[in-house]
Amino acid sequence: MKRLNVVTGHFGSGKTEFALNLAMQNTGKTTIVDMDTVNPYYRTADAEGVLKSHGIGVILPRFANTNVDLPALPSEIFSVFTDKETTAVFDVGGDEDGALALGQYNRYFSEEPYEMYFIVNARRPLTREPDGVIEILREVENASHLRVTSLVNATNLGPETSAEIILEGQKVVEEVSRRTGIPVAFTAVREDIDIEALVQNPVMQLKLYIKTPF
Amino acid sequence: MAEKVLMKGNEALAEAAIQAGCRLFFGYPITPQTEVSAYMAKRMPKIGGTFLQAESEVSAINMVYGAAGAGARVMTSSSSPGISLKQEGISYIVGSDLPCVIVNIVRGGPGLGGIQPAQSDYFQAVKGGGHGDYHLIVLAPSSIQELVDITQEAFDIADQYRMPVMIMGDGMLGQMMEPVEFGAKEGRKLPEKTWAACGTDGKRERNIINSLYIEAADLEKLVLERYERYKEVEKNEVKWEEYMTEDAEYIIAAYGTIARVAKTAVHALREEGIKAGLIRPITLWPFPSAAFANAAETVKGFLSVEMSMGQMVEDVRLAVNGKKPVEFFGRTGGIVPTPDEICDAVRKMKEGK
Repeated sequence: MKRLNVVTGHFGSGKTEFALNLAMQNTGKTTIVDMDTVNPYYRTADAEGVLKSHGIGVILPRFANTNVDLPALPSEIFSVFTDKETTAVFDVGGDEDGALALGQYNRYFSEEPYEMYFIVNARRPLTREPDGVIEILREVENASHLRVTSLVNATNLGPETSAEIILEGQKVVEEVSRRTGIPVAFTAVREDIDIEALVQNPVMQLKLYIKTPF
Repeated sequence: MAEKVLMKGNEALAEAAIQAGCRLFFGYPITPQTEVSAYMAKRMPKIGGTFLQAESEVSAINMVYGAAGAGARVMTSSSSPGISLKQEGISYIVGSDLPCVIVNIVRGGPGLGGIQPAQSDYFQAVKGGGHGDYHLIVLAPSSIQELVDITQEAFDIADQYRMPVMIMGDGMLGQMMEPVEFGAKEGRKLPEKTWAACGTDGKRERNIINSLYIEAADLEKLVLERYERYKEVEKNEVKWEEYMTEDAEYIIAAYGTIARVAKTAVHALREEGIKAGLIRPITLWPFPSAAFANAAETVKGFLSVEMSMGQMVEDVRLAVNGKKPVEFFGRTGGIVPTPDEICDAVRKMKEGK
């Protein structure tokens, strides 16, 4: 795992759950940076307790989960660029609007190699087909001034996800990979679904951290 | 049937409106329903529709007034403070007997309040809000699929009765994601909009959209006619869901997403031997009073659970009419009641505390 890991994707792709799992599965000093300036609810801040109890540093937008509807990022974010001991996972907001917030850190990303994941959920209306995925992927790259280095198939239909649905998404992501030359890093699936034998790339078992109250 | 996709409530309702033939959307962004505007802004230009971000909610609702007067299918959407701003326009639309769909994705109040989910606009939605004698038809879905189905039907209901229909969700419903399916649905048979001000071509008398009446007797006559129509609505459109009510001794009344929290509580209570059930109003006006009145014959008590200081509880009490105790439990300001808290409230009621 690289030291700087940026998790991007289209809106509602499952970025936050992937970022949380990436951070939780890392050994060694880890900090998760919630850079989502788009979503008011269901975000990394909801999992702050469990992250901290695992010794993971959590940097949140100052007013996350409060009533202040202000997309302000804290200056604390700079610490993950200077503290070279820590592995950082950036949970970025959806689409190009969310990715825009990365631009200001560009000089740090140009100084060391980074991993930028692009999460795909082929059961979201705008990313059913490779064309739609690539369109948003390029928009995210342009807004963030960074290049996507890895694709993640996180295709899901919430509680109705099945192996079949994930594999159907896998085809879309593999086609995106063929056309862009960007490798598929993971297929990310809920831990109770077993598809290990059915895909070529590594599978990441996801524990779900963000829950509704019912 | 189309394949299911995963959608956020706000996006799903926007798509449902488009599929129902809505080609005009006027709004002003406000958390937690901004994705409705964002979705409309992206989609409308591609399908020959118009998305217009007005300079304020007051403008937006008056644009709806104009478009509805011309006979178009039109929608606006906002959250609590924005809906307060729209009240004058809503009253004018009612006073002109025009159909439209108004969405309120409710957040904490009063004032600017907060951006977290709430149900504290119940009174505003069902007891007026604007001035004058009137009702809105108020629909309260509790899942994204139901939100989609209700949104599509809302346009037909509005056209059938020439009334604004309000869809009331809370921030949670707007923000959460669930699988949905958009099926081609058979719409209702609707009367032609012979009243619309959409050009006479020199072939008929002009139609006038107006809510001002010089003679008191004329105004009274019109309001009385409108209330005859409301009786039809009360007869035809009441909707509710009953969940484990057959043998229930305690009934929880809850609508929208809180009904789902309440279902979890119903299961927990039954596990410990308390026979609980749920009545979930889907139409808040017309209110499913009969469902509560019937249950009052057999159950020991009711508990209204809301994200407010107690608003729907008044309608439950009116329906139960003193036959059985009706208690209330709620959280407000953006806090969502938990299943445990609801169970506690039912236990207390059972112990007579």
